[in-house]
Amino acid sequence: MTVTIEARDVTFAFGETPALRGASLAVAAGEIIAVMGPSGSGKSTLLHCLAGILVPDSGEVRCGDVRIDTLGEADRSALRRDRFGFVFQFGQLVPELTAAENVALPLLLGGIRRGPALRAARAWFERLGLAGLEHRRSGELSGGQAQRVALARGLVARPQVLFADEPTGALDSLTGEEVMGLLVDTAREQGTTVVLVTHEPRVAAYADREVVVRDGRINAPARVGS
Amino acid sequence: MTVPLTLLGLLEREPSHGYDLKRDYDTFFGRGKPLPYGQVYSTLSRLARDGKVVVSDVEPGAGPDRKRYVITDRGATEVEHWLTEPVEPEPHLQTVLFAKVVLALMLDRPAEAYLDTQRAAHLHRMRELTEIKRSGGLVDVMLADHGLYHLEADLRWIEATGARLDALRKEVRR
Repeated sequence: MTVTIEARDVTFAFGETPALRGASLAVAAGEIIAVMGPSGSGKSTLLHCLAGILVPDSGEVRCGDVRIDTLGEADRSALRRDRFGFVFQFGQLVPELTAAENVALPLLLGGIRRGPALRAARAWFERLGLAGLEHRRSGELSGGQAQRVALARGLVARPQVLFADEPTGALDSLTGEEVMGLLVDTAREQGTTVVLVTHEPRVAAYADREVVVRDGRINAPARVGS
Repeated sequence: MTVPLTLLGLLEREPSHGYDLKRDYDTFFGRGKPLPYGQVYSTLSRLARDGKVVVSDVEPGAGPDRKRYVITDRGATEVEHWLTEPVEPEPHLQTVLFAKVVLALMLDRPAEAYLDTQRAAHLHRMRELTEIKRSGGLVDVMLADHGLYHLEADLRWIEATGARLDALRKEVRR
């Protein structure tokens, strides 16, 4: 298996409070993995370490052949922009920008000119059932629409890895399932690896497998039926 | 058993032959587990014996398929009663899991590992049901959802129990 993203024996503490105590995880290219666990178990901290947002206190984080944890802030920032996409639970769209501009943002930040970036962004609206909403601002979108726009923004630059932290946490269950269905379909079409943090079993059931974070460690379950 | 009541319900919609009843049952309720013909006809004859259906006309020829079944007032009352009464809430998986967890703690066995294995099995089944939902029609979606919500409830119980194992261990090992 080709490993896209990997944590080896990662520890991280917020001050005196340990959040990760030797977490190890390897995610295969194109795999959709659910990271589960109770509140405060360290699952979001793990996502932030994998994505180069936080630097672990010890251990290693790798994306393909690049070791992330030893990179400086500027290099990690460039890596996040070039290889990673993100979808979070709340408040991620820039309210001053239209929906299409929000989707185009990762491309604009990556140095693509406005015209081509917006054209690429608009192509996602049809794909995610958002046609006609390109010019709306985030305040004029429903929760489900806003989250689909956020999903388009997370995938528009064709990232190697999409990090999704409770992406349906603010949505009712049927809307959440629509978003998850689209997330999984588009990630598979593009071959994007997905690290999905969720405490909801019905969301985790969209992934290929799950790991459970407990007390800062990863508890990979025995494989069932495979 | 819901088969007799489901067949009665289908007969309340319209009088029908055994073959058509089986076809409708398999389409809407069988979901990969078709009703054997034998069970259709044995159920219909029991319903007839109990006065819940009658045979209206028997077409010339031989075989049970020649009979057309009609629901009686007694049968319709039974369907009505079944539909309006709530189903007995029966949390029986929890009972099995509960017994396993408590015994594991009493016997100083790894209860947490048992819960982890159960969680993995539940999530595995939830993935299968999610796949069925994503590739099927609305009837499949509804059935899969029913299973998914139940499994989710079990998982919540598993998480809550997992968080209380230390306290539970003290209580059951006194």
